[in-house]
Amino acid sequence: MDWSALWLSLKLALATAAVLLPFSVLLARELAWRRFAGRAAVEAFVALPLVLPPTVLGYYLLVAFAPQSALGQAFAALTGGTLAFSFTGLLAASIVFNLPFAVQPVQRAFESVPEQVREAAWLCGMSRWRTLWKVELPLAWPGLLGAFVLTFAHTLGEFGVVLMVGGNIPGETKTIAIAIYDRVQALDDHAAGAMSALLLGISFVSIAVIYTLDRARRHRG
Amino acid sequence: MAERALIVRLDQKAPIPLKVAIECAAGELVALVGPSGSGKSTILRAIAGLVRPQSGEVHCNGETWQGAMRFVPPQARHAGLVFQHYALFPHMSASRNVEAALGAVPPAARRDRARELLDLVNLGGLEDRLPHALSGGQQQRVAVARALARDPQVLLLDEPFSAVDQVTRRKLQRELAQLRRRLQMPIVLVTHDLEEAAMLADRMIVLHAGETLQAGPPFELIARPRDVQVARLVDFRNLFHGEIVEHRPEAGQTLVRWLDYTLEAPLRPEFVAGGPVCWGILPAHCILHRRDRPSRGERENPVSGVIGEFVPLGENAAVTMRVAGHADAELQLSIPLHVANRNNLAQGGEIRVSLLRDGIHLMPFQPFDRRAGAARGDGS
Repeated sequence: MDWSALWLSLKLALATAAVLLPFSVLLARELAWRRFAGRAAVEAFVALPLVLPPTVLGYYLLVAFAPQSALGQAFAALTGGTLAFSFTGLLAASIVFNLPFAVQPVQRAFESVPEQVREAAWLCGMSRWRTLWKVELPLAWPGLLGAFVLTFAHTLGEFGVVLMVGGNIPGETKTIAIAIYDRVQALDDHAAGAMSALLLGISFVSIAVIYTLDRARRHRG
Repeated sequence: MAERALIVRLDQKAPIPLKVAIECAAGELVALVGPSGSGKSTILRAIAGLVRPQSGEVHCNGETWQGAMRFVPPQARHAGLVFQHYALFPHMSASRNVEAALGAVPPAARRDRARELLDLVNLGGLEDRLPHALSGGQQQRVAVARALARDPQVLLLDEPFSAVDQVTRRKLQRELAQLRRRLQMPIVLVTHDLEEAAMLADRMIVLHAGETLQAGPPFELIARPRDVQVARLVDFRNLFHGEIVEHRPEAGQTLVRWLDYTLEAPLRPEFVAGGPVCWGILPAHCILHRRDRPSRGERENPVSGVIGEFVPLGENAAVTMRVAGHADAELQLSIPLHVANRNNLAQGGEIRVSLLRDGIHLMPFQPFDRRAGAARGDGS
């Protein structure tokens, strides 16, 4: 068992969810309720990581993160570091490939909050922020929790993009999925089996949680 | 306080056309009636500030809520709105739903105030129930209590009785009739139920395609619509063409020729003698001649015919009478069931009725198609 790889994966998963959830709430509300030009394009962009091969996504991210690229230079100027083959770069990539897993459940959740319930809140004198806090989020929280669990589990399990963007640097970019691949290559079946079983367990529990939440939501609705 | 507490003028072409002028005094209940799609709900939403019509003004108690350069957001308007499906906060108890609108009350006093409001709508004892554990009628009462919680300057009711069964509806309507006597603000009720409007409203405004057609006391509107279009909208069933024979100012009468009959109607000198006219009469103003007990009233516009349909509806029977010699001329009558039974009314039987002189209402001539809905513009 590669404990440092497991720790790195957990750190990456939590950081991804922490950055992505607030962003998802803001974006998903707009997608759920506002009709604007380019809405379909934004939705398509968000969904893209679902259908793109991880290697394609990883390739473009790698090109974008290269030290010669605009993004790479800007990052270097700001922090002195590089995006490619670093934890920060891995986090940025993770945020991109988790977009659909974070945004879509939250969007569905906001869509299920009736417009008139929000209007009723405004007529009760609640500001938009207070309405979000007191009415929208309490009604949408199963979607938020679902998004958190999906993002978390999906980050733990992502392999292709991580390998392309992060490589295999112990303690920096070597996640548990990479470590499993590494152990199999080294014919270390025991370690690969233990880590696989752990990922299997986490994934199973995550999906079970999502289904339970969904049932709770439908029961109440 | 301004004499007209609420003054609304809206004018827009899209997304739905609106051209309305509505005024409502403090303590007055105005009903907006009209077919689906006539813009009734949009008007309420504009008063509440939930939509912003292209141009128009909304004034309430001397405050401008919408004007040329001004649009007050719904949070700052103090308008209580009861939504058609109530829009309660599903995750909050009845009491918390009401407390949500009590932002201006000190937190410690909110629960007591919510209890008072729930008592006012006869919901005492159910404060801690979640909306899904309340019946439709109870949910509606919570919505009313919540709408009243902010001490609104205007109370808006968007078809508040349409989502409950008929027994509950009658009960809630009686409760609202009681409650409104204790309310000082203008109340605007949107409904497509004419009976409901007649029962609850001081004034009724008929809308069609976003335009106000006629306003007045409910009975006035139902018995004396301005024209055939309004008549159709208020479900005025007996509409016919006729011809003005002459005016008799000394007798206070205008004579109207209809088929073989010359009918006496109240004097309406504005219609040209010899010209065509539309006229109508409510079923309740057609009085059956009783075989067992003839009376002097039978000389008033007597018409005879044959019963086409006979449908008992509760306490009254809906009867259509085909006028003798004119198979296509049908009068709709409403006859108390016990009278109908005593006179052995049945399909095919011959009857005579009197068209009460004061019930005959003349309207400007307008060609109309007898097909149902032709002048109705019913979008539903």
